[in-house]
Amino acid sequence: MNTELQPPDRNLASAQVRQIVEAGLARRYRRERRFRAYGLLSVVSGVLFLGFLLATIALNGYSAFRQTKLQLDLDLDPVVLGLGDGADAGVLASADYQAVVKASLGRLFPQVVGRKERRELNALVSASAGYILRDMVVAHPELVGRRITAWLPADDTVDMLFKGRVGRGPDAGGQLNQAQLAWVDELIADGRIALRFNTAFFTNGDSREPEMAGIWGGTKGSFFMLLVTLVLSFPLGVSAAIYLEEFAPRNRWVDFIEVNINNLAAVPSIVFGLLGLAVFINFFGLPRSAPLVGGLVLSLMTLPVIIIASRAALRAVPPSVREAALGIGSSPMQMVFHHVLPLAMPGMLTGAIIGMARALGESAPLLMVGMVAFIVDVPSTPLDPATVLPVQIYLWADSPERAFAERTSAAILVLLGFLLVMNMAAVWLRSRFERHW
Amino acid sequence: MQFSTLLLILCGLVVASFVLARRRAIATAGGYKGIRSLHSLPAYYGYFAAMWAAGPALLLLLLWSAASDPIIMGRVVEVLPEPYRSIQGPELDLVLNDVRVLAAGRGSGTEQQQALQGTAAHYQSLQAASRSLLATLAIFLALAGGLYAYRRINPRLQARNHVERVIRAVLVGASTIAVFTTLGILLSVVFEAARFFSRVPFHEFLFGMEWSPQTAIRADQVGSSGAFGAVPLFTGTLLISGVAMLVAVPIGLMIAIYLCEYAAPRVRALVKPVLEILAGIPTVVYGYFAAITMAPLLRELGQALGLQVASESALGVGLVMGVMIIPFVSSLSDDVINAVPQSLRDGSLALGATASETIKRVVLPAALPGIVGGVLLAISRAIGETMIVVMAAGLSARMTANPLEAVTTVTVQIVTLLVGDQEFDSSKTLAAFALGLVLFLVTLLLNVVALVVVRRYREQYE
Repeated sequence: MNTELQPPDRNLASAQVRQIVEAGLARRYRRERRFRAYGLLSVVSGVLFLGFLLATIALNGYSAFRQTKLQLDLDLDPVVLGLGDGADAGVLASADYQAVVKASLGRLFPQVVGRKERRELNALVSASAGYILRDMVVAHPELVGRRITAWLPADDTVDMLFKGRVGRGPDAGGQLNQAQLAWVDELIADGRIALRFNTAFFTNGDSREPEMAGIWGGTKGSFFMLLVTLVLSFPLGVSAAIYLEEFAPRNRWVDFIEVNINNLAAVPSIVFGLLGLAVFINFFGLPRSAPLVGGLVLSLMTLPVIIIASRAALRAVPPSVREAALGIGSSPMQMVFHHVLPLAMPGMLTGAIIGMARALGESAPLLMVGMVAFIVDVPSTPLDPATVLPVQIYLWADSPERAFAERTSAAILVLLGFLLVMNMAAVWLRSRFERHW
Repeated sequence: MQFSTLLLILCGLVVASFVLARRRAIATAGGYKGIRSLHSLPAYYGYFAAMWAAGPALLLLLLWSAASDPIIMGRVVEVLPEPYRSIQGPELDLVLNDVRVLAAGRGSGTEQQQALQGTAAHYQSLQAASRSLLATLAIFLALAGGLYAYRRINPRLQARNHVERVIRAVLVGASTIAVFTTLGILLSVVFEAARFFSRVPFHEFLFGMEWSPQTAIRADQVGSSGAFGAVPLFTGTLLISGVAMLVAVPIGLMIAIYLCEYAAPRVRALVKPVLEILAGIPTVVYGYFAAITMAPLLRELGQALGLQVASESALGVGLVMGVMIIPFVSSLSDDVINAVPQSLRDGSLALGATASETIKRVVLPAALPGIVGGVLLAISRAIGETMIVVMAAGLSARMTANPLEAVTTVTVQIVTLLVGDQEFDSSKTLAAFALGLVLFLVTLLLNVVALVVVRRYREQYE
């Protein structure tokens, strides 16, 4: 843009043009910078939102991995338990363990006598503490007659207070009255309240008591469901991809199949739920709430994802491999199964893992096939009634107890952890086995 | 005999057929030395026999498990005790269900169940007979099939061609499942929707202004009819999707533009996976976030500004849904912007345009069809999104264009109508299928148009 090199007035018009252009330059550069800033802002806002979302959930949920427990001295007196002399396993399992817990609390606070006060005192410890004690005694019958010291889960109201999730008064969300607060303070002063690792959260099924509710039932349900999905959709998806990519002629029928596959990949998931309800449950009479049915529905949903990924993997195998195989006398089928398929397998597996990760996070179609029931038992086969992790999150999100909010976030953290592991496995698989031809 | 034992025996027979047939193929060729006289590799003779052993038996198992229960139940109906013999329809189903429960040993001792004790025993014996008959037949078929194949083995048998033909048939079958799925969706939804429209007129559903599907428990109850006018649901869905698109399209598009045209390769490699995390987060998590964090935040913000924001406002739901769709829009736009030939950019830059002018006047117009296709797909996803709206949007149908109010959507209503105990014949549950039909057709239309647009656009530059 050196002006001195050009003759001064060779062309008046060009000078005018330059003047106009230069006059507008500042404005255009400003616009350029603004546009660029918009782009940067969009990227930053997306990333910030992700950070905000994850941080909120992590902050809400991390505390659920620990549970407030009370240290109690328990007198396993056969009389209090209601046991006779000859205590066999059946009698032991049906004895009154809650009475032992209550007696132990009574010894700690002998000044509490009234019926109402005693009930309020007993409400400090989990209503399920008796069951924990029962399991302990059934496993070790020799404990009967002894005095043991055990950490039992506190009620969720105490849990929330001790973790600082709620304040002390009803205004601050607390649900304990003045007397109960005084007892809790005394227990804290005695060192009888502490936070312990929340094993129940990882090993229990669902429960109405937040302190007893766990994700193991949902995790196992998810596992069975994914198993069914994988077993059905991976072989079918790979077979369909092989046919469409390697053998199918170019005709209208094959075009129609391809349009169908692409369209199914974009059909809302809830529509698959309607299909599952109408066909699998009402027509074939398969059991409601079973991971088998959920898996069937999700395999239909995952199928297009796997087909599309598998076709891409097959397409990435260079034609020279096929020509070489045919050249040494393999049949087209041998060419595909002995040479092309092994080379495309990592890509197909990556696609399958991504499809499974999507299936793991899916919940809408499962609501349709009845996987939203309140189920305490941990399923042991794909035919047992079960729920899955995302649906468990949905159910807990609806619960009014403050303690469930914390557990919902914790369950989300666990679910995100599973998804992270699966996606990392896919990335690893891709980088480890991907070949560039 | 247990079903699993039967499967194990069949597996054993199939493996045995494979081994024996392979051995015989080698033997007929005169040992390993004469193997070249065989038409196919020895293993193919094995597969040939294994297929003959497995195929017919598996087919029988499949047919039997589909057909046996209705046949047995037909027999059971004939021997029902006197008071139950004349009943029909759904009540008969209840009685038969009791029989099933009793036979499975889960009876709860109601009066009816005690009366059906004998029938249940009969049902059990029929079931046992059916099972043993099935086992005998299946094993016989496997043996016969294996033997037939075994006898046919000779060096000139084209075993590979037979095997490959079967494999090919399996591959073709797998590829048609997508078609059957579409067909299944269409049929199941259309069938139930047709039953719905026989009760509620089509035009009333499509153009009615009032939605209150609560049908009464007693027939004489006030307001027992229920109103099935779906327009408030459509407007609610459009309102929420509209808010979502207002968030997702500008931000998603600007992200794609920035990453394609401005960002350094290292920034791009870092930001793209981070944004893909947004796409990988389950929708139930977004729903929880919308209900627990976003809604109170907006309500407090509204109070500070003196606005009345409902706690289930369309704005909050739409915002979160928009964020969910951002990566979808940005990755689709990213693809199409990258597909615009570099020569177009170079030409524009050479004429002295700034980068942003090039993008606005050259790149975007060239990429427009692809972007429109991507936006259509994003709209289809917003309309069909379920968990976010179920958890954070309202339940009552209201016709409003104010995003600060609570509205309900098609998917929310499908879920509320179908979750929980239900009689399958009420207009209420059938209405869900009618809504499902509308949802399927609308998204189908959007998807097909989008796919056609995108495909045509791609061909333009390839």
